[in-house]
Amino acid sequence: MPAGKTYTPLATTTLSSAAASVTFSSISGSYTDLVIVVNASFQNNTPMYIRFNGDTTNTYSETFILGTGSAASSGRYTASGLGGNGILVDNWNGTSGFPSTDISGNAFINIQNYSNTTTYKTALIRAGNAGTWTASAVGLWASTAAINSIVIRPFSGNINPGSTFTLYGILAA
Amino acid sequence: MAIRSLKTGQFSRSTLVGNPVIMPGSYESIATVSVGSGGATSISFTSIPSTYTHLQIRTIQRAVDNVSGDHPYIRVNNDTATNYSWHRLSGSGTTATASSASTQDEMRYGYNTADGSYSSSIFTGVIIDILDYSNTNKYKTFRFLSGADNNGSGYIDFESGLWQSTSAITRIDLAPFQGNFAQYSHFALYGVN
Repeated sequence: MPAGKTYTPLATTTLSSAAASVTFSSISGSYTDLVIVVNASFQNNTPMYIRFNGDTTNTYSETFILGTGSAASSGRYTASGLGGNGILVDNWNGTSGFPSTDISGNAFINIQNYSNTTTYKTALIRAGNAGTWTASAVGLWASTAAINSIVIRPFSGNINPGSTFTLYGILAA
Repeated sequence: MAIRSLKTGQFSRSTLVGNPVIMPGSYESIATVSVGSGGATSISFTSIPSTYTHLQIRTIQRAVDNVSGDHPYIRVNNDTATNYSWHRLSGSGTTATASSASTQDEMRYGYNTADGSYSSSIFTGVIIDILDYSNTNKYKTFRFLSGADNNGSGYIDFESGLWQSTSAITRIDLAPFQGNFAQYSHFALYGVN
């Protein structure tokens, strides 16, 4: 029997001024999956990271596939490579990060079974910088802790005003 | 400005510039299967109602066995005829690879899914979109995004699949390449209007 309507917006941040990061905190554990939708631009050509529960240890890794319009490639970052910064959401392989112009980059981040305390956490990411690249990645946070906070930040500089970040919760039957 | 439905009590926002577009009531949970301690050779969603426009399956899954190139598969409406085909773009962490297959008796997805060769707490994330699943004028199109990272290995996959039938989809079966889905694998079916 259907459990009813879901895909609930939990929080939205639209920056009115530049900010070093965006944080979703006190995330309820009552959903099954989380989805973060990002439409943003950065001051610098720099990677964007997502970090869970304030964990700055070497517990993040990922595998990605990238298209630049002229070539398709794949790569990965191990836990030591990401160095506790979090899961990388753009600027894979040193290509352009989110733009610093009026045309925003975007990312759609799915975090499956985020409150499950048995499994490590897997994030499926689709992202793009219009006119520059498109990519997808799978990120791992090697922790069985339920995710209760998420910090999204550029590696350097600030996020530009007007950038939006929305967190959704999806509840399975 | 928030707008609240008098009927459902659910909030939405206007579609004015700067506000995210929220479509309350357009995404509904239908059924969930969680794999228990004994594992599962397959999982099934049956008696799927035709009242939605699209379906989405969201899973975390892991195969018990350790098989190189392990890939689970889907069958629809118990159809075991060669009515399935797919195209895949896969990233191995070193190479981007395209592949395809046609006239298959199953729709494979998620190349090299998490299995016994991965660290024990790692599960593959999969999102499957099935478009116009109840439309009896169209063959059925599937879209897959899946991947698992194992800190130094792993895959990320895009895939499109085709079931060459105009029948409305009423049943979906998913199974690992061989053996069982592992305990804590979780499958959730959603309907989208």
